[in-house]
Amino acid sequence: MLKKILKILEDDARATPERIATMLGTSEDEVTAIIKKAEAEGKILKYKTLINWDKVNDEHVWALIEVQVSPQRDTGYDAIAEKIYRFPQARSVYLMSGTYDLAVLVMGKSMHEIADFVGQKLSPIEGVRAASTHFIMRRYKEDGEIMNGKEEIKRQPVIL
Amino acid sequence: MKQDKEEKDNNIVSQRASRISPSGIRKFFDLLGSIEGVISLGVGEPDYTTPWHIREAAIYSIENGFTMYTSNSGIPELRQELSRYIQKRYELEYDWKTELLITVGVSEALDLAMRAVIDPGDEVIMSDPCYVAYEPSVILSGGVPVKVPTSEENAFELDARDIEAKITNKTKAILMGYPSNPTGAVMPWEKLVKIADVACRHNLLMIVDEIYSHLVYGIEHTCMAALPGMKECTVLLSGFSKSYAMTGWRIGYAAANKEIIAAMTKIHQYTIMCAPTMAQIAAIEALKSGEDSVTEMVEDYNHRRLVMVKGLRNIGLSCFEPKGAFYAFPSIKSTGMKSEEFAERLLIEEKVAVVPGTAFGKCGEGYIRCCYATSLKEIEEALERMKWFVERHRKA
Repeated sequence: MLKKILKILEDDARATPERIATMLGTSEDEVTAIIKKAEAEGKILKYKTLINWDKVNDEHVWALIEVQVSPQRDTGYDAIAEKIYRFPQARSVYLMSGTYDLAVLVMGKSMHEIADFVGQKLSPIEGVRAASTHFIMRRYKEDGEIMNGKEEIKRQPVIL
Repeated sequence: MKQDKEEKDNNIVSQRASRISPSGIRKFFDLLGSIEGVISLGVGEPDYTTPWHIREAAIYSIENGFTMYTSNSGIPELRQELSRYIQKRYELEYDWKTELLITVGVSEALDLAMRAVIDPGDEVIMSDPCYVAYEPSVILSGGVPVKVPTSEENAFELDARDIEAKITNKTKAILMGYPSNPTGAVMPWEKLVKIADVACRHNLLMIVDEIYSHLVYGIEHTCMAALPGMKECTVLLSGFSKSYAMTGWRIGYAAANKEIIAAMTKIHQYTIMCAPTMAQIAAIEALKSGEDSVTEMVEDYNHRRLVMVKGLRNIGLSCFEPKGAFYAFPSIKSTGMKSEEFAERLLIEEKVAVVPGTAFGKCGEGYIRCCYATSLKEIEEALERMKWFVERHRKA
Protein backbone atom coordinates (compact mmCIF):
# COMPACT_ATOMS: atom_id res chain seq x y z
CA MET A 1 0.00 0.00 0.00
CA LEU A 2 2.81 2.43 0.87
CA LYS A 3 4.39 2.08 -2.59
CA LYS A 4 1.04 2.61 -4.29
CA ILE A 5 0.40 5.76 -2.26
CA LEU A 6 3.90 7.08 -2.93
CA LYS A 7 3.48 6.51 -6.66
CA ILE A 8 0.28 8.56 -6.68
CA LEU A 9 1.87 11.35 -4.61
CA GLU A 10 5.00 11.38 -6.72
CA ASP A 11 2.83 12.13 -9.72
CA ASP A 12 0.51 14.56 -7.95
CA ALA A 13 1.58 16.01 -4.61
CA ARG A 14 -1.83 17.61 -4.22
CA ALA A 15 -3.76 14.33 -4.24
CA THR A 16 -5.80 14.36 -1.04
CA PRO A 17 -5.96 11.35 1.28
CA GLU A 18 -9.64 11.11 0.38
CA ARG A 19 -8.95 10.84 -3.32
CA ILE A 20 -6.03 8.45 -2.82
CA ALA A 21 -8.25 6.26 -0.64
CA THR A 22 -10.88 6.13 -3.41
CA MET A 23 -8.30 5.38 -6.07
CA LEU A 24 -6.92 2.47 -4.08
CA GLY A 25 -10.20 1.24 -2.66
CA THR A 26 -9.19 1.76 0.96
CA SER A 27 -10.08 4.11 3.83
CA GLU A 28 -9.02 7.69 4.22
CA ASP A 29 -7.77 7.00 7.74
CA GLU A 30 -5.44 4.29 6.53
CA VAL A 31 -4.00 6.53 3.82
CA THR A 32 -3.50 9.41 6.27
CA ALA A 33 -1.75 7.12 8.77
CA ILE A 34 0.58 5.67 6.12
CA ILE A 35 1.49 9.13 4.81
CA LYS A 36 2.19 10.45 8.32
CA LYS A 37 4.44 7.49 9.03
CA ALA A 38 6.28 7.89 5.73
CA GLU A 39 6.85 11.56 6.51
CA ALA A 40 8.16 10.75 9.98
CA GLU A 41 10.52 8.11 8.61
CA GLY A 42 11.89 10.46 5.96
CA LYS A 43 10.47 8.39 3.13
CA ILE A 44 8.58 11.46 2.04
CA LEU A 45 10.99 14.38 2.23
CA LYS A 46 8.98 17.22 0.79
CA TYR A 47 6.05 18.08 -1.50
CA LYS A 48 7.26 20.10 -4.45
CA THR A 49 5.93 21.59 -7.67
CA LEU A 50 7.47 21.06 -11.07
CA ILE A 51 7.63 24.48 -12.70
CA ASN A 52 8.50 25.41 -16.23
CA TRP A 53 10.62 28.44 -15.35
CA ASP A 54 11.24 29.20 -19.00
CA LYS A 55 7.67 30.40 -19.17
CA VAL A 56 8.08 32.70 -16.18
CA ASN A 57 10.90 34.79 -17.69
CA ASP A 58 13.20 33.50 -15.03
CA GLU A 59 16.78 34.66 -15.38
CA HIS A 60 18.38 31.74 -13.59
CA VAL A 61 21.21 29.80 -15.11
CA TRP A 62 21.85 26.10 -14.57
CA ALA A 63 25.04 24.14 -15.05
CA LEU A 64 26.13 20.56 -14.71
CA ILE A 65 29.63 20.36 -13.24
CA GLU A 66 31.69 17.23 -13.62
CA VAL A 67 34.03 17.00 -10.65
CA GLN A 68 37.03 14.71 -10.33
CA VAL A 69 38.18 14.14 -6.78
CA SER A 70 40.80 12.16 -4.89
CA PRO A 71 38.93 9.93 -2.46
CA GLN A 72 40.16 10.18 1.09
CA ARG A 73 41.22 7.51 3.54
CA ASP A 74 38.29 6.54 5.83
CA THR A 75 35.67 8.78 4.29
CA GLY A 76 36.07 7.96 0.57
CA TYR A 77 34.00 10.34 -1.52
CA ASP A 78 31.52 11.21 1.19
CA ALA A 79 33.41 13.99 2.98
CA ILE A 80 34.16 15.85 -0.25
CA ALA A 81 30.60 15.37 -1.47
CA GLU A 82 29.36 16.85 1.80
CA LYS A 83 31.62 19.89 1.45
CA ILE A 84 30.02 20.46 -1.92
CA TYR A 85 26.39 19.73 -1.13
CA ARG A 86 26.45 22.04 1.90
CA PHE A 87 26.50 24.95 -0.55
CA PRO A 88 22.94 26.00 -1.38
CA GLN A 89 23.98 26.62 -4.98
CA ALA A 90 24.47 22.89 -5.44
CA ARG A 91 20.93 21.69 -6.19
CA SER A 92 21.76 18.05 -6.85
CA VAL A 93 24.90 16.08 -6.15
CA TYR A 94 25.49 12.53 -7.40
CA LEU A 95 28.38 10.08 -7.16
CA MET A 96 28.96 8.74 -10.65
CA SER A 97 30.64 5.80 -12.27
CA GLY A 98 32.82 6.54 -15.30
CA THR A 99 35.29 9.25 -16.20
CA TYR A 100 34.48 11.67 -13.40
CA ASP A 101 33.34 11.22 -9.82
CA LEU A 102 30.72 13.74 -8.76
CA ALA A 103 28.02 15.33 -10.85
CA VAL A 104 26.89 18.64 -9.37
CA LEU A 105 23.85 20.48 -10.67
CA VAL A 106 24.27 24.15 -9.87
CA MET A 107 21.84 27.04 -10.12
CA GLY A 108 22.88 30.69 -10.17
CA LYS A 109 21.57 34.08 -11.21
CA SER A 110 24.11 34.38 -14.01
CA MET A 111 26.93 32.53 -15.72
CA HIS A 112 29.21 34.81 -13.83
CA GLU A 113 27.84 33.73 -10.50
CA ILE A 114 28.28 30.08 -11.37
CA ALA A 115 31.83 30.71 -12.58
CA ASP A 116 32.56 32.39 -9.24
CA PHE A 117 31.08 29.47 -7.35
CA VAL A 118 33.18 26.96 -9.26
CA GLY A 119 36.35 29.03 -9.13
CA GLN A 120 36.13 30.26 -5.55
CA LYS A 121 34.18 27.63 -3.66
CA LEU A 122 34.15 24.29 -5.41
CA SER A 123 37.55 23.93 -7.07
CA PRO A 124 39.57 25.03 -4.04
CA ILE A 125 38.05 22.27 -1.87
CA GLU A 126 40.82 19.95 -0.80
CA GLY A 127 40.67 16.72 -2.78
CA VAL A 128 39.00 18.26 -5.83
CA ARG A 129 41.32 17.58 -8.75
CA ALA A 130 39.35 19.03 -11.63
CA ALA A 131 35.97 20.54 -12.42
CA SER A 132 34.49 21.08 -15.85
CA THR A 133 31.38 23.19 -16.16
CA HIS A 134 28.62 22.57 -18.72
CA PHE A 135 25.89 25.18 -18.91
CA ILE A 136 22.39 23.94 -19.57
CA MET A 137 21.02 25.61 -22.66
CA ARG A 138 17.49 24.22 -22.85
CA ARG A 139 15.34 21.86 -20.83
CA TYR A 140 13.31 19.49 -22.95
CA LYS A 141 12.08 17.10 -20.30
CA GLU A 142 12.26 17.17 -16.55
CA ASP A 143 11.34 14.39 -14.15
CA GLY A 144 9.44 12.57 -16.88
CA GLU A 145 7.49 15.64 -17.98
CA ILE A 146 7.95 17.18 -21.42
CA MET A 147 8.43 20.91 -20.79
CA ASN A 148 6.96 22.37 -23.96
CA GLY A 149 4.62 20.97 -26.56
CA LYS A 150 3.11 18.22 -24.48
CA GLU A 151 1.04 15.95 -26.68
CA GLU A 152 -2.62 16.82 -26.85
CA ILE A 153 -5.16 14.04 -26.88
CA LYS A 154 -6.71 14.07 -30.30
CA ARG A 155 -9.90 12.09 -29.84
CA GLN A 156 -13.42 12.36 -31.13
CA PRO A 157 -15.87 13.29 -28.36
CA VAL A 158 -18.07 10.22 -28.83
CA ILE A 159 -17.01 6.84 -30.08
CA LEU A 160 -19.15 3.78 -29.64
CA MET B 1 -38.75 8.36 -43.71
CA LYS B 2 -40.33 9.27 -47.02
CA GLN B 3 -36.94 9.31 -48.60
CA ASP B 4 -36.14 5.90 -47.13
CA LYS B 5 -39.25 4.50 -48.74
CA GLU B 6 -38.44 5.98 -52.10
CA GLU B 7 -34.96 4.52 -51.95
CA LYS B 8 -36.37 1.11 -51.23
CA ASP B 9 -38.89 1.37 -54.03
CA ASN B 10 -36.15 2.24 -56.43
CA ASN B 11 -33.99 -0.56 -55.09
CA ILE B 12 -30.97 1.70 -54.98
CA VAL B 13 -30.07 0.50 -51.52
CA SER B 14 -30.15 -3.22 -50.96
CA GLN B 15 -32.70 -4.69 -48.61
CA ARG B 16 -29.86 -6.02 -46.55
CA ALA B 17 -28.32 -2.59 -46.05
CA SER B 18 -31.73 -1.07 -45.35
CA ARG B 19 -32.27 -3.57 -42.59
CA ILE B 20 -29.45 -2.24 -40.47
CA SER B 21 -30.75 0.63 -38.43
CA PRO B 22 -28.63 3.75 -38.43
CA SER B 23 -27.41 4.75 -35.02
CA GLY B 24 -30.45 6.02 -33.12
CA ILE B 25 -28.40 8.69 -31.49
CA ARG B 26 -27.25 10.44 -34.65
CA LYS B 27 -29.05 13.59 -33.58
CA PHE B 28 -27.16 13.49 -30.33
CA PHE B 29 -23.82 13.33 -32.14
CA ASP B 30 -24.75 16.31 -34.28
CA LEU B 31 -25.69 18.26 -31.19
CA LEU B 32 -22.38 17.38 -29.60
CA GLY B 33 -20.43 18.99 -32.43
CA SER B 34 -22.12 22.33 -31.83
CA ILE B 35 -21.32 22.69 -28.12
CA GLU B 36 -18.01 23.88 -26.72
CA GLY B 37 -16.32 23.08 -23.43
CA VAL B 38 -17.73 19.56 -23.28
CA ILE B 39 -16.17 16.99 -20.97
CA SER B 40 -16.60 13.72 -22.74
CA LEU B 41 -17.19 10.42 -20.99
CA GLY B 42 -18.53 9.23 -24.29
CA VAL B 43 -15.45 7.80 -25.89
CA GLY B 44 -14.63 4.16 -26.45
CA GLU B 45 -10.87 4.36 -26.55
CA PRO B 46 -7.91 4.96 -24.26
CA ASP B 47 -6.77 8.52 -23.60
CA TYR B 48 -3.17 7.41 -23.92
CA THR B 49 -1.32 7.87 -27.13
CA THR B 50 0.39 4.72 -28.34
CA PRO B 51 3.58 4.08 -26.29
CA TRP B 52 6.51 5.75 -27.98
CA HIS B 53 8.53 2.58 -28.61
CA ILE B 54 5.65 1.23 -30.69
CA ARG B 55 5.24 4.44 -32.68
CA GLU B 56 8.99 4.57 -33.20
CA ALA B 57 9.01 1.05 -34.63
CA ALA B 58 6.40 2.05 -37.18
CA ILE B 59 8.26 5.23 -38.15
CA TYR B 60 11.45 3.21 -38.58
CA SER B 61 9.59 0.75 -40.80
CA ILE B 62 8.44 3.57 -43.06
CA GLU B 63 11.96 5.00 -43.22
CA ASN B 64 13.19 1.59 -44.23
CA GLY B 65 10.68 1.23 -47.00
CA PHE B 66 8.27 -1.32 -45.59
CA THR B 67 5.54 0.18 -47.72
CA MET B 68 4.36 -2.84 -49.75
CA TYR B 69 1.58 -5.38 -49.26
CA THR B 70 2.28 -8.16 -46.82
CA SER B 71 1.13 -11.76 -46.99
CA ASN B 72 -2.70 -11.86 -46.92
CA SER B 73 -2.67 -13.50 -43.52
CA GLY B 74 -0.25 -11.00 -42.06
CA ILE B 75 3.54 -10.72 -41.67
CA PRO B 76 4.86 -14.17 -40.64
CA GLU B 77 6.87 -12.67 -37.76
CA LEU B 78 3.73 -11.05 -36.37
CA ARG B 79 1.78 -14.31 -36.55
CA GLN B 80 4.67 -16.17 -34.93
CA GLU B 81 4.88 -13.61 -32.12
CA LEU B 82 1.12 -13.75 -31.72
CA SER B 83 1.12 -17.52 -31.55
CA ARG B 84 3.84 -17.40 -28.86
CA TYR B 85 1.93 -14.72 -26.98
CA ILE B 86 -1.35 -16.68 -26.92
CA GLN B 87 0.54 -19.81 -25.91
CA LYS B 88 2.23 -17.98 -23.04
CA ARG B 89 -0.93 -16.27 -21.86
CA TYR B 90 -3.50 -19.07 -22.15
CA GLU B 91 -1.43 -22.21 -22.79
CA LEU B 92 -3.24 -22.44 -26.07
CA GLU B 93 -1.54 -23.58 -29.28
CA TYR B 94 -2.42 -21.94 -32.58
CA ASP B 95 -0.44 -22.84 -35.68
CA TRP B 96 0.74 -19.47 -37.00
CA LYS B 97 0.55 -20.67 -40.59
CA THR B 98 -3.02 -21.95 -40.63
CA GLU B 99 -4.88 -20.86 -37.52
CA LEU B 100 -4.19 -17.11 -37.26
CA LEU B 101 -5.26 -14.16 -39.39
CA ILE B 102 -4.23 -10.53 -38.96
CA THR B 103 -7.15 -8.18 -39.65
CA VAL B 104 -8.03 -4.50 -39.81
CA GLY B 105 -9.10 -4.25 -36.19
CA VAL B 106 -11.48 -6.62 -34.47
CA SER B 107 -14.21 -4.97 -36.53
CA GLU B 108 -12.99 -6.65 -39.69
CA ALA B 109 -12.34 -9.91 -37.88
CA LEU B 110 -15.94 -9.89 -36.64
CA ASP B 111 -17.32 -9.23 -40.10
CA LEU B 112 -15.16 -11.98 -41.62
CA ALA B 113 -16.12 -14.47 -38.95
CA MET B 114 -19.80 -13.84 -39.60
CA ARG B 115 -19.50 -14.04 -43.36
CA ALA B 116 -17.41 -17.18 -43.08
CA VAL B 117 -19.85 -19.14 -40.95
CA ILE B 118 -23.38 -17.70 -41.39
CA ASP B 119 -25.82 -18.95 -44.00
CA PRO B 120 -29.07 -17.06 -44.69
CA GLY B 121 -31.46 -17.54 -41.81
CA ASP B 122 -28.87 -18.80 -39.34
CA GLU B 123 -29.42 -17.45 -35.87
CA VAL B 124 -26.71 -15.91 -33.73
CA ILE B 125 -27.29 -15.45 -30.03
CA MET B 126 -25.89 -12.36 -28.30
CA SER B 127 -26.45 -10.41 -25.12
CA ASP B 128 -28.54 -7.28 -24.80
CA PRO B 129 -26.99 -4.76 -24.25
CA CYS B 130 -23.95 -5.50 -26.38
CA TYR B 131 -21.43 -3.76 -28.58
CA VAL B 132 -23.04 -1.82 -31.42
CA ALA B 133 -21.48 -3.80 -34.29
CA TYR B 134 -22.68 -7.27 -33.29
CA GLU B 135 -26.23 -7.05 -34.58
CA PRO B 136 -25.37 -5.37 -37.92
CA SER B 137 -22.53 -7.81 -38.59
CA VAL B 138 -24.96 -10.71 -38.27
CA ILE B 139 -27.62 -9.04 -40.42
CA LEU B 140 -25.11 -8.13 -43.13
CA SER B 141 -24.08 -11.73 -43.45
CA GLY B 142 -27.72 -12.79 -43.83
CA GLY B 143 -28.11 -14.09 -40.31
CA VAL B 144 -30.69 -13.35 -37.65
CA PRO B 145 -29.58 -11.81 -34.35
CA VAL B 146 -31.25 -13.28 -31.29
CA LYS B 147 -30.92 -11.21 -28.13
CA VAL B 148 -30.62 -12.59 -24.63
CA PRO B 149 -31.48 -9.91 -22.06
CA THR B 150 -29.00 -9.28 -19.28
CA SER B 151 -29.59 -7.08 -16.26
CA GLU B 152 -27.90 -5.08 -13.55
CA GLU B 153 -29.16 -7.55 -10.95
CA ASN B 154 -27.04 -10.25 -12.62
CA ALA B 155 -24.12 -7.90 -13.17
CA PHE B 156 -24.91 -7.95 -16.92
CA GLU B 157 -23.50 -11.46 -17.18
CA LEU B 158 -24.91 -13.93 -19.67
CA ASP B 159 -26.63 -16.92 -18.17
CA ALA B 160 -26.31 -20.36 -19.78
CA ARG B 161 -29.97 -21.20 -19.12
CA ASP B 162 -31.18 -18.00 -20.79
CA ILE B 163 -29.04 -18.84 -23.79
CA GLU B 164 -30.31 -22.40 -23.95
CA ALA B 165 -33.90 -21.16 -23.91
CA LYS B 166 -33.23 -19.24 -27.14
CA ILE B 167 -31.65 -22.10 -29.05
CA THR B 168 -33.58 -23.35 -32.09
CA ASN B 169 -32.62 -25.67 -34.92
CA LYS B 170 -31.41 -22.59 -36.78
CA THR B 171 -28.98 -21.43 -34.11
CA LYS B 172 -25.47 -21.40 -35.47
CA ALA B 173 -23.37 -19.48 -33.01
CA ILE B 174 -23.14 -17.55 -29.78
CA LEU B 175 -21.44 -14.17 -30.09
CA MET B 176 -20.01 -12.79 -26.87
CA GLY B 177 -17.95 -9.74 -25.98
CA TYR B 178 -16.59 -9.79 -22.44
CA PRO B 179 -15.17 -7.75 -20.74
CA SER B 180 -18.14 -5.86 -22.07
CA ASN B 181 -18.52 -2.64 -23.94
CA PRO B 182 -20.84 -0.99 -22.76
CA THR B 183 -21.35 -2.44 -19.28
CA GLY B 184 -17.83 -3.25 -18.04
CA ALA B 185 -19.09 -6.68 -16.99
CA VAL B 186 -16.65 -9.59 -16.91
CA MET B 187 -17.81 -13.20 -17.22
CA PRO B 188 -16.60 -15.23 -14.25
CA TRP B 189 -14.99 -18.58 -15.06
CA GLU B 190 -17.82 -20.69 -13.61
CA LYS B 191 -20.43 -19.01 -15.80
CA LEU B 192 -18.31 -19.30 -18.92
CA VAL B 193 -17.86 -23.01 -18.35
CA LYS B 194 -21.63 -23.46 -18.32
CA ILE B 195 -22.02 -21.53 -21.56
CA ALA B 196 -19.23 -23.58 -23.13
CA ASP B 197 -21.14 -26.68 -22.07
CA VAL B 198 -24.34 -25.44 -23.74
CA ALA B 199 -22.42 -24.63 -26.93
CA CYS B 200 -20.89 -28.11 -27.01
CA ARG B 201 -24.14 -29.94 -26.36
CA HIS B 202 -25.93 -28.06 -29.13
CA ASN B 203 -22.98 -28.10 -31.47
CA LEU B 204 -22.77 -24.30 -31.65
CA LEU B 205 -19.85 -22.13 -32.57
CA MET B 206 -18.58 -19.65 -29.97
CA ILE B 207 -17.49 -16.35 -31.47
CA VAL B 208 -15.79 -14.33 -28.76
CA ASP B 209 -14.60 -10.74 -28.94
CA GLU B 210 -11.96 -10.45 -26.23
CA ILE B 211 -10.53 -7.07 -27.19
CA TYR B 212 -10.69 -5.87 -23.57
CA SER B 213 -9.09 -9.00 -22.11
CA HIS B 214 -6.17 -7.10 -20.58
CA LEU B 215 -8.38 -4.57 -18.88
CA VAL B 216 -9.70 -6.47 -15.87
CA TYR B 217 -9.54 -5.40 -12.24
CA GLY B 218 -9.32 -7.81 -9.36
CA ILE B 219 -10.52 -10.72 -11.49
CA GLU B 220 -8.78 -12.95 -14.03
CA HIS B 221 -9.91 -12.90 -17.62
CA THR B 222 -10.92 -16.35 -18.84
CA CYS B 223 -10.39 -17.00 -22.53
CA MET B 224 -13.26 -19.03 -23.98
CA ALA B 225 -10.94 -20.88 -26.37
CA ALA B 226 -8.75 -21.97 -23.45
CA LEU B 227 -11.55 -23.86 -21.70
CA PRO B 228 -11.19 -27.64 -22.04
CA GLY B 229 -12.27 -28.82 -25.48
CA MET B 230 -13.30 -25.34 -26.66
CA LYS B 231 -10.47 -24.43 -29.00
CA GLU B 232 -11.93 -26.26 -31.99
CA CYS B 233 -15.36 -24.65 -31.75
CA THR B 234 -14.29 -21.13 -30.78
CA VAL B 235 -13.42 -18.20 -32.99
CA LEU B 236 -11.26 -15.93 -30.84
CA LEU B 237 -11.21 -12.29 -31.92
CA SER B 238 -8.94 -9.75 -30.36
CA GLY B 239 -6.55 -6.97 -31.14
CA PHE B 240 -4.18 -4.34 -29.96
CA SER B 241 -6.39 -1.26 -29.82
CA LYS B 242 -7.36 -1.21 -26.16
CA SER B 243 -4.44 -2.96 -24.49
CA TYR B 244 -1.71 -1.06 -26.26
CA ALA B 245 -3.63 2.18 -26.91
CA MET B 246 -3.50 1.54 -30.66
CA THR B 247 -7.07 2.27 -31.76
CA GLY B 248 -6.17 4.31 -34.81
CA TRP B 249 -3.76 1.68 -36.16
CA ARG B 250 -6.63 -0.63 -36.96
CA ILE B 251 -4.97 -3.92 -36.22
CA GLY B 252 -6.64 -7.01 -34.85
CA TYR B 253 -6.62 -10.75 -35.29
CA ALA B 254 -8.67 -13.91 -35.42
CA ALA B 255 -7.60 -17.28 -34.06
CA ALA B 256 -9.65 -20.36 -34.90
CA ASN B 257 -9.48 -23.76 -36.48
CA LYS B 258 -7.91 -24.20 -39.90
CA GLU B 259 -11.17 -24.47 -41.79
CA ILE B 260 -12.67 -21.26 -40.44
CA ILE B 261 -9.43 -19.28 -40.78
CA ALA B 262 -9.10 -20.47 -44.38
CA ALA B 263 -12.63 -19.27 -45.14
CA MET B 264 -12.05 -15.95 -43.40
CA THR B 265 -8.72 -15.50 -45.20
CA LYS B 266 -10.44 -16.00 -48.56
CA ILE B 267 -12.87 -13.16 -47.89
CA HIS B 268 -10.12 -11.03 -46.38
CA GLN B 269 -7.86 -11.42 -49.41
CA TYR B 270 -10.55 -10.25 -51.83
CA THR B 271 -11.88 -7.39 -49.73
CA ILE B 272 -8.91 -6.07 -47.77
CA MET B 273 -5.78 -7.77 -49.16
CA CYS B 274 -3.83 -7.29 -45.97
CA ALA B 275 -3.80 -5.17 -42.86
CA PRO B 276 -1.65 -2.01 -43.18
CA THR B 277 2.02 -2.95 -43.20
CA MET B 278 3.23 -0.25 -40.80
CA ALA B 279 0.51 -1.11 -38.31
CA GLN B 280 1.54 -4.76 -38.44
CA ILE B 281 5.14 -3.82 -37.71
CA ALA B 282 3.96 -1.67 -34.80
CA ALA B 283 1.99 -4.65 -33.51
CA ILE B 284 5.12 -6.83 -33.56
CA GLU B 285 6.85 -4.27 -31.36
CA ALA B 286 3.81 -4.13 -29.06
CA LEU B 287 3.86 -7.91 -28.61
CA LYS B 288 7.62 -8.06 -28.12
CA SER B 289 7.96 -5.39 -25.48
CA GLY B 290 4.65 -3.76 -24.68
CA GLU B 291 3.85 -5.74 -21.56
CA ASP B 292 5.15 -3.08 -19.15
CA SER B 293 3.07 -0.32 -20.65
CA VAL B 294 -0.02 -2.53 -20.40
CA THR B 295 0.52 -3.19 -16.70
CA GLU B 296 0.97 0.50 -16.02
CA MET B 297 -2.14 1.47 -17.94
CA VAL B 298 -4.26 -1.14 -16.18
CA GLU B 299 -3.17 0.16 -12.79
CA ASP B 300 -4.03 3.68 -13.85
CA TYR B 301 -7.44 2.70 -15.23
CA ASN B 302 -8.19 0.91 -11.99
CA HIS B 303 -7.63 4.12 -10.01
CA ARG B 304 -9.98 6.00 -12.30
CA ARG B 305 -12.53 3.19 -12.21
CA LEU B 306 -12.76 3.37 -8.43
CA VAL B 307 -13.08 7.17 -8.50
CA MET B 308 -15.79 6.96 -11.19
CA VAL B 309 -17.89 4.27 -9.52
CA LYS B 310 -17.70 5.83 -6.07
CA GLY B 311 -18.50 9.24 -7.55
CA LEU B 312 -21.57 7.93 -9.39
CA ARG B 313 -22.83 6.22 -6.27
CA ASN B 314 -22.25 9.38 -4.22
CA ILE B 315 -24.44 11.24 -6.68
CA GLY B 316 -27.13 8.70 -5.90
CA LEU B 317 -27.01 6.72 -9.14
CA SER B 318 -26.92 3.00 -8.57
CA CYS B 319 -23.95 1.48 -10.34
CA PHE B 320 -22.96 -2.15 -10.33
CA GLU B 321 -19.22 -2.68 -10.01
CA PRO B 322 -17.71 -2.98 -13.47
CA LYS B 323 -14.72 -5.33 -13.38
CA GLY B 324 -13.38 -4.83 -16.88
CA ALA B 325 -12.94 -2.62 -19.94
CA PHE B 326 -13.10 1.10 -19.09
CA TYR B 327 -16.80 1.73 -18.72
CA ALA B 328 -19.20 2.26 -15.86
CA PHE B 329 -22.87 1.66 -16.63
CA PRO B 330 -24.89 3.47 -13.97
CA SER B 331 -28.66 3.40 -13.74
CA ILE B 332 -30.40 6.74 -14.20
CA LYS B 333 -33.87 5.37 -13.42
CA SER B 334 -34.05 7.44 -10.23
CA THR B 335 -34.29 10.59 -12.36
CA GLY B 336 -37.36 9.32 -14.18
CA MET B 337 -35.74 10.17 -17.49
CA LYS B 338 -35.15 7.88 -20.43
CA SER B 339 -31.53 7.25 -21.37
CA GLU B 340 -31.57 9.40 -24.48
CA GLU B 341 -33.31 12.27 -22.76
CA PHE B 342 -30.84 12.08 -19.87
CA ALA B 343 -27.83 12.09 -22.18
CA GLU B 344 -29.17 14.92 -24.29
CA ARG B 345 -30.14 17.15 -21.39
CA LEU B 346 -26.91 16.42 -19.50
CA LEU B 347 -25.02 17.53 -22.58
CA ILE B 348 -27.02 20.71 -23.04
CA GLU B 349 -27.33 21.68 -19.39
CA GLU B 350 -23.97 20.61 -17.96
CA LYS B 351 -21.83 19.93 -21.03
CA VAL B 352 -20.99 16.37 -20.12
CA ALA B 353 -21.19 13.78 -22.88
CA VAL B 354 -22.20 10.22 -22.03
CA VAL B 355 -23.70 7.56 -24.28
CA PRO B 356 -27.32 6.51 -23.71
CA GLY B 357 -27.55 2.81 -22.87
CA THR B 358 -30.14 2.31 -25.58
CA ALA B 359 -27.40 2.69 -28.21
CA PHE B 360 -26.42 -0.84 -27.18
CA GLY B 361 -29.83 -2.48 -27.12
CA LYS B 362 -33.26 -2.31 -25.52
CA CYS B 363 -31.95 -3.56 -22.18
CA GLY B 364 -29.72 -0.49 -22.03
CA GLU B 365 -32.79 1.66 -21.34
CA GLY B 366 -32.43 3.35 -17.97
CA TYR B 367 -28.63 3.30 -18.14
CA ILE B 368 -25.83 5.44 -19.52
CA ARG B 369 -22.30 4.46 -20.50
CA CYS B 370 -19.59 6.50 -18.82
CA CYS B 371 -16.06 5.91 -20.02
CA TYR B 372 -13.36 6.50 -17.43
CA ALA B 373 -10.46 6.45 -19.89
CA THR B 374 -9.93 10.13 -19.30
CA SER B 375 -7.88 12.12 -16.80
CA LEU B 376 -8.80 12.06 -13.11
CA LYS B 377 -9.24 15.82 -13.23
CA GLU B 378 -11.84 15.51 -15.97
CA ILE B 379 -13.59 12.61 -14.28
CA GLU B 380 -13.91 14.62 -11.08
CA GLU B 381 -15.16 17.68 -12.93
CA ALA B 382 -17.69 15.60 -14.88
CA LEU B 383 -18.95 13.96 -11.69
CA GLU B 384 -19.39 17.37 -10.10
CA ARG B 385 -21.47 18.57 -13.05
CA MET B 386 -23.51 15.36 -13.07
CA LYS B 387 -24.20 15.82 -9.38
CA TRP B 388 -25.79 19.23 -9.97
CA PHE B 389 -27.77 17.80 -12.85
CA VAL B 390 -29.10 14.81 -10.95
CA GLU B 391 -29.95 16.89 -7.89
CA ARG B 392 -31.95 19.28 -10.04
CA HIS B 393 -33.87 16.52 -11.75
CA ARG B 394 -34.32 13.92 -9.08
CA LYS B 395 -37.85 12.57 -9.03
CA ALA B 396 -39.74 13.88 -6.04
